[in-house]
Amino acid sequence: MDEHANHDVLIEGVLNGEWRATARAISIVEDLRPGRVEILARLYLAGRSSSVCGITGPSGAGKSTLVDALASRYRDADERVGIVCVDPTSPFSGGALLGDRIRMNEIVVDPGVFIRSMATRGSRGGLGRAAREVISIVEATGTERVIVETVGVGQIELDIAEAADTVVVVLVPESGDGIQAMKAGLMEIGDVFVVNKADRDGADGLLIEIESVLALRTGQEWSPPVLTTIASQGQGIEELAEAIDTHRQWLVSSGEGERRRRHRIVSYVKEIVLDALATGLWEEGGYSDKLDESLQEIMAGRKDPFSAAEEIVSASRMLESLNMDTD
Amino acid sequence: MVENKIRILVAKPGLDGHDRGAKVVAAALRDAGMEVIYTGLRQTPEMVVNAAVQEDVDVIALSILSGAHMTHFPAVLELMREHGIADEVLLTGGGIIPDEDIEALMEQGTGRLFGPGTNTGDIIAYIRDWNESRP
Repeated sequence: MDEHANHDVLIEGVLNGEWRATARAISIVEDLRPGRVEILARLYLAGRSSSVCGITGPSGAGKSTLVDALASRYRDADERVGIVCVDPTSPFSGGALLGDRIRMNEIVVDPGVFIRSMATRGSRGGLGRAAREVISIVEATGTERVIVETVGVGQIELDIAEAADTVVVVLVPESGDGIQAMKAGLMEIGDVFVVNKADRDGADGLLIEIESVLALRTGQEWSPPVLTTIASQGQGIEELAEAIDTHRQWLVSSGEGERRRRHRIVSYVKEIVLDALATGLWEEGGYSDKLDESLQEIMAGRKDPFSAAEEIVSASRMLESLNMDTD
Repeated sequence: MVENKIRILVAKPGLDGHDRGAKVVAAALRDAGMEVIYTGLRQTPEMVVNAAVQEDVDVIALSILSGAHMTHFPAVLELMREHGIADEVLLTGGGIIPDEDIEALMEQGTGRLFGPGTNTGDIIAYIRDWNESRP
């Protein structure tokens, strides 16, 4: 079969909200297989705008259970939901154990829900980009809601904050004492804070502590609400859904959503350009050989990495101007 | 630049609550560099195949210790055919399954099935070989 005909069918399937086509398109994009750019470009233009909500927090905070409850709430309102669960790839084996479905029993067989588990892999250009591309495919299916779940460690949650409209940070009473010391990141990216498992000891204390940390966040127009939930019993989910919608409305009315979108597009295009340049240089331009030459000298302590890079950059520029002259 | 990772769904259909074997296999497959989607206990055939479609896995691995293998494997195969993934996705698994049942199930279209005491290395080798021999 012709490769293009193949992708036409696939793209059509995604736009019609067919999960199998959607799943296949995501794999092509994740694996960086041929057709990836065509699929992303066409789906981008056809894309509809879902509400993208990121849910992050330490492991054991009950994120998957919360996502399960939130998705059920959206299903009650007859909205279709796409869920992307991101977990780290082992840097040693390259493998990953993706277990978020275990806690999503309410929704796993609902035909109105699409769940995709995603490993961070090498994430060239940062996870933000890989996740954003997967999200854009899910959005193109026409789901009204997209939820991205990630464990709040390291760079991952910051990348997700880039990709989501609204970030919900989930904590549990056990997170208690750690808040003050917690990496600034997690407390700074939240648009909505949730104290889950709120029936446990220490929930009130945690609530106060979060609010006192948030009080230090100055110079921002949005003050993040702090909610309590017991996700396993569905408690507080309605309030969470409302808080997410309120934040989304604020994004529109304040112009902040527009500003974030602009920023996102600029950085996306820059990443794509960088990629193209790097491919042109290393894979097509043969500059890997030039680097190999320099490598020996750098190893021997006769050359520094900056001079080596400078040689490659000026050689490639020279080549470019030659090309332009002959055109 | 193409990065083809083997994606594999590890699931426990039915009502028996012993998932240690499934977890050991899941961890071994991860350590072998695969992306393992682990769905846990009490999965119905619908849940298994639904997850396999959405996760676009290459392999489905079922762990069945309850003796209900002659029900679950054929039910999953049937749904795989219904969803049009039976030709491209490998159905394998293991548990306490008599040899004659393994033969019967493989005749119906499952891949190799593994009994108790199997070395996880054999399972990994089998899946890798299958993956490489694909058209």
